[in-house]
Amino acid sequence: MPGPDARPAEVEVRLVDVTKRFGDVVAVDRVNLEVRGGEFFSLLGPSGCGKTTTLRMIGGFEEATSGLIELRGQDVTWLPPYQRNVNTVFQNYALFPHLTVFENVAFGLRRKGGLEAKEIKRRVEEMLDLVELPGFGKRKPNQISGGQAQRVALARALINRPAVLLLDEPLGALDLKLRKQMQVELKRIQHEVGVTFIYVTHDQEEAMTMSDRIAVMNRGRYEQLGEPEELYERPRTRFVAGFLGVSNLLGGSREGSADGYAVVRVTDGSRLRVQSALLQGIEGSFEIGVRPEKIRIGTGGEGTGGEGPGGEGPGGEAPGELDQLEGTIADASYLGVSTQYIVELRSGERVSVYEQNVERTVHGSLHTSGDRVRLAWAPDHAFVVASDAAGPDQT
Amino acid sequence: MSALAVATGTRRGPSVPQRTARVLGRWTLPVFTAVAVGYLLLPIAVMIVFSFNDPPGKFNFVWAEFSLAAWANPIGRPGLALALQTSLTIAFVSTIAATALGTLIALALTRYRFRGHGATNLFIFIPMATPEIVLGASLLTLFVATAQEPFKSFIPAGVFFPLGWNTILIAHIMFNISYVVVTVRARIQGFDRHLEEAAMDLGANEWVTFWKVTFPLILPGILAAALLAFSLSIDDFIITNFASGLTNTFPVWIWGTIRNNMPPQVNVIGTIIFGTAVGLVLLSTLLQRRGSARA
Repeated sequence: MPGPDARPAEVEVRLVDVTKRFGDVVAVDRVNLEVRGGEFFSLLGPSGCGKTTTLRMIGGFEEATSGLIELRGQDVTWLPPYQRNVNTVFQNYALFPHLTVFENVAFGLRRKGGLEAKEIKRRVEEMLDLVELPGFGKRKPNQISGGQAQRVALARALINRPAVLLLDEPLGALDLKLRKQMQVELKRIQHEVGVTFIYVTHDQEEAMTMSDRIAVMNRGRYEQLGEPEELYERPRTRFVAGFLGVSNLLGGSREGSADGYAVVRVTDGSRLRVQSALLQGIEGSFEIGVRPEKIRIGTGGEGTGGEGPGGEGPGGEAPGELDQLEGTIADASYLGVSTQYIVELRSGERVSVYEQNVERTVHGSLHTSGDRVRLAWAPDHAFVVASDAAGPDQT
Repeated sequence: MSALAVATGTRRGPSVPQRTARVLGRWTLPVFTAVAVGYLLLPIAVMIVFSFNDPPGKFNFVWAEFSLAAWANPIGRPGLALALQTSLTIAFVSTIAATALGTLIALALTRYRFRGHGATNLFIFIPMATPEIVLGASLLTLFVATAQEPFKSFIPAGVFFPLGWNTILIAHIMFNISYVVVTVRARIQGFDRHLEEAAMDLGANEWVTFWKVTFPLILPGILAAALLAFSLSIDDFIITNFASGLTNTFPVWIWGTIRNNMPPQVNVIGTIIFGTAVGLVLLSTLLQRRGSARA
């Protein structure tokens, strides 16, 4: 077994066309994945998307219906869990209730055999130190808190020095504050031991904070795989755009191009620009997306009372300037750090805008319902998703 | 002013009907409970008291005088010692066999979905639901049939016929299995399968996982089932009477003996069995409580 310092850059886990069916239900549908050594890799998606099943197949708790699972180049598809060099942190921790914390952590070492009692004691204590639970060895699992149980589960898995640690929504049962704390803690521990983590969660914020790379899963497949920033800034499907944060999506059709930008006419008649490269590989209809916090909001009156055709500002603008849309404030809600506006466009579509409350005074919002406003953003902030009728709604 | 009036009003206390209702509310349940418990315990108390009796005639039904004679010689009746020994050995062996088989059946029924799963689930209840007299009669028919053609030619004599120790044991294992399955299954159903997955994840194969994780966690259920099986076996009369032939168990011996006498030894043995059972039930409750506190 390689020590904790070994940081192989090669592929640690490889899934080739892995499919899992439960009766007629396809839980995981021909998934291909490569997880690199030392990486913090997340499987993110709503419940029932197949993320946990994928994890359980890597752990050996479910047999793949078809496909191949490789661990460090070795085919483990048909090996039972106890013959795979992976360990799991279960959602409900699954600590053995009849054993002490010490015996829980020592369980894996004792199964390997050939270790002296002294050595086992040393390693268990080392692990309990790592998860910051020194002196907890004598307690039973029902005598510790949820957060502590979580740490014991982690220690119990990591003591075996697995090639890969699988974590199945490990923070799901903790309250928000503890969860934030454990997120930081998990990252620290991963840094210290250098083990590859495969992390399953439905919490997009959690995945974004912790992961090196994320695969966003939906209906048995992953829709997009990439670094958190890439997924957020350049989502490629409606689902990803809606699942990771909030997106405004506007349907449109291409009208031409200028200076590396494609000009797109959206439903309300305005012309918007996106980087041409983003349209490559997209066949059929598509939508333009903008994140609510990228939009600046200004008063609509500046175009000299622009009614109807007078409002078509963007058509005459040079690239490098901002794209604009006009609309009416339908709702304004104060969120503390920011204010959320819902703006109704002339087409009837609704757009969310977050404005930081930098200039805000205590006397009500800067814009109120019914105000005519002008929305503007840099065209580089726009992204494109292929239209997918069955996709979930964006907000 | 008005606040003062209210204050004096409350100081006067509840009205008579209110007070009656409160007293009734406080005493109804305890009194009812005491009466119910008395109803359950009175026969046992009489049994214990009469074990210290020195009956004037053959029947220990009328109190004469206090005596320790029966306690000094608890098995001093012809056939009693042998019957008691038979009861104990059959209870012991049938408990072990039924607990082992029943635990395995309970595991299979909760863990796996197989052809005949639903039917097995149903059939397991049948011995509990069927009147004992029916089971006894049908067992007798079955045992006797094995001594007739065509079964006679391939079933060796002495296994099912003539009736005796073997047939009593078979009958007891049969009805005990049902109770064991039901008791153990209740414990397994509350069992978190992830614990076994965790054990396998940590390098334990199926065998080690069973003995290190599954078995210790369902042990309280298994022990409770074993206690139940033992007590059912040791006092069974109806089925045993059909299956026993010339062999006597303790209940069958009492049945035979009370036709012409009823010695205080019956009360003594009854008291001992009762005391042991209460002790074991207390122990089992303690184990269960410890087990559930852990799980």
